[in-house]
Amino acid sequence: MIPANRIVGKQVQFMITCLCDTFYDHVAQASVELLEQVGCLVDVPDGQTCCGQPAFNAGDWESARKVIRHTLRTFTGDQPIIIPSGSCAHMVFHGYQLVFENGTDAEKEAARTLAGRTWEICDFLVNGLGIQTWHGRFDGKISLHRSCHTRGSNTYSAALQLLRSIDGVEILEFDESEQCCGFGGTFSVAYPNTSAAMGTLKIDKLTAVKPDLIGAVDMACMLHLSGLAEKQKRPFRKMHVVEILLQALRNAPTNPPVIHS
Amino acid sequence: MKTSQPIDAFGRDLSQEVKESVYSSSKAKYDKRIGALNAGYIAPDSLRKLAGQIKQHTLENLPSYLESAIGKLEANGAKVHYAKDGEEANATILGIMNAAGATKLIKSKSMVSEEIHLNAFLENNGCESVESDLGEFIVQLDHDMPSHIVTPIVHKNRQQIATTFEKMGLGDYNDDPTTITRRARTYLRKKYLEAEVGLTGANFVSAESGRIVLVTNEGNARFSICANRIHIVLVGIEKLVPRDKDLALFLNLLARSATGQQLTVYTQFINGPKAPDQIDGPGEMHVVFLDNGRSEILAGEFQSILRCIRCGACLNVCPVYRQTSGHAYRAVYPGPVGAVLSPLLAGKRYPEFADLPKASSLCGACNEVCPVDIPLPELLLRHRNKSKLEHIQKASAGTPPLGGWAVLCSTPSMWKSTLTLGKVMDYVPMKLVPVPAVQAWTQTRTLPPFRGGKFRGWYKEHRKHDSGNNQ
Repeated sequence: MIPANRIVGKQVQFMITCLCDTFYDHVAQASVELLEQVGCLVDVPDGQTCCGQPAFNAGDWESARKVIRHTLRTFTGDQPIIIPSGSCAHMVFHGYQLVFENGTDAEKEAARTLAGRTWEICDFLVNGLGIQTWHGRFDGKISLHRSCHTRGSNTYSAALQLLRSIDGVEILEFDESEQCCGFGGTFSVAYPNTSAAMGTLKIDKLTAVKPDLIGAVDMACMLHLSGLAEKQKRPFRKMHVVEILLQALRNAPTNPPVIHS
Repeated sequence: MKTSQPIDAFGRDLSQEVKESVYSSSKAKYDKRIGALNAGYIAPDSLRKLAGQIKQHTLENLPSYLESAIGKLEANGAKVHYAKDGEEANATILGIMNAAGATKLIKSKSMVSEEIHLNAFLENNGCESVESDLGEFIVQLDHDMPSHIVTPIVHKNRQQIATTFEKMGLGDYNDDPTTITRRARTYLRKKYLEAEVGLTGANFVSAESGRIVLVTNEGNARFSICANRIHIVLVGIEKLVPRDKDLALFLNLLARSATGQQLTVYTQFINGPKAPDQIDGPGEMHVVFLDNGRSEILAGEFQSILRCIRCGACLNVCPVYRQTSGHAYRAVYPGPVGAVLSPLLAGKRYPEFADLPKASSLCGACNEVCPVDIPLPELLLRHRNKSKLEHIQKASAGTPPLGGWAVLCSTPSMWKSTLTLGKVMDYVPMKLVPVPAVQAWTQTRTLPPFRGGKFRGWYKEHRKHDSGNNQ
């Protein structure tokens, strides 16, 4: 599903994602700073909005196509597109191809080309830029939520590889790591009871091993899990993997300005 | 919490006892599955993909494989029937019984027979049809429905079963599992001997040899066949595999995926009726190939669901199934596979089951465990698209309309101004927002502080600073 031989390079475009654009600006900022730390020149196309996934998952493919066409128009060029979300990346790899199944040749080609440029950020660092270990220090026991839409991709293994190479990081094993957080976009409001029950169980499992923080490669899962936890008056410390990586660099005793692969 | 989706409501109202039983049994089967696959193989995932390819190839060439299987079966002495739908299949089975002057049938477990409601049909026509699989037997005593493809009574506990046994005259109340099993065994032994016809399903049919393959853990399929004159096999047309040697792969995957066993306790290969030099076994064998909507599925965008080998692994791993149980799906096939298959099998009654594909967070765990690699999330999405195009209210209930959102997201100026204006959300008490989706969210979750446009502001400054440095 993920194209072989995706475009690599250090001049990149950054997809903010609608969730980071509205709620999690610090994750978007950390992503850009991180990419610059590893020597990338980052462009953020101004006209970008959302990848179109909410409508796609809801079954409204007509609306999804409208948004996707906009995204295809916005991310022109031939640079890699870096996304701090396994879910939005999955949407480009999978959903974009599916909605244009009966589309024009030009649409199909545009969707394929975009997929060939798209990288989830952890996947890009390890498998795009070839960074095998991470510099710096971060002290913490981490439960790393898997984020379902990274299934079948290299995102989770890449995130684990980088985190495990950092001095002071301990990755905790927890029960039912394959299970979903219960978000699922509009599923969370159409199936509110099931969704909340799934999320509550997920929080139980993530926190049972007493982590210092919960890490994720997708803020959509975090939106749901932290929203539930807060309502249940058991908030937890949460960080996107890019925030941990950036913090590790800043904690390094000797801080090299740029990591070269 | 208020909900407009029936599966969500079913899960909400489910007793803690049933929920616990479904959850713990699902989890146990999932864990055993992983153990069995990893103990047996270095790269189980590649086997799953291979099995998916073989099944997909079979489907794409189904007419020729079906023809081959029918030819072999007939050459082996079996009589082959083709049933367009459940009604035809039921009539065929009754016809076979009538022709033989038989009124008593014993059945081994068959989901296809559930699909066509065979028991009820035979009983209405003066015949006895007894389930011999322990779980199905209990379901039948209770006039209940199976809630899982492989473990039909996962929703019941032994106290409930003991009560049923007592009510049905199978001894005084006793909820010891061994006693329950012994009592069923004694009762069923008599039924095996009384029966005139044995009916089984088929887990696989080899197109190469016509071999019917049956797996059970109780040995009830062989009991159902061996003491009878007539053996009827009721099987969906999609159950074919090209060659005998493919069975090695499929049998290994089926047992490991379903129950975490290396192989089921009993595996039978049946070539045809009793040969003249054989001492016993049914002298007459009928194979009823059931279509019941499958040809139509084969020709459309849901084709890959016909790869399914009915292992139940997608149910066991599914977080929605775990929370709601099999009965929530209101159909013979529950869980992710059922959510795809049931609306299709319903034919004209599709809209009645159009909500099923919405019962998923699209987490993809079902695809990850599927032994034939069915892209279940994609099929669920295709259903959602179909329901939306056909304006089926049952599917859209509870899902916020996204037309306006699509306009917003394809108009950058509007998007950016909303990002700045959205700040107002922080000051609005969510309880007062009369939007159902907002209500459904905020009853159990908070929303994070709104920070729309903050990143864009930072990035603008950051670039200015950068270009300043470069000069």
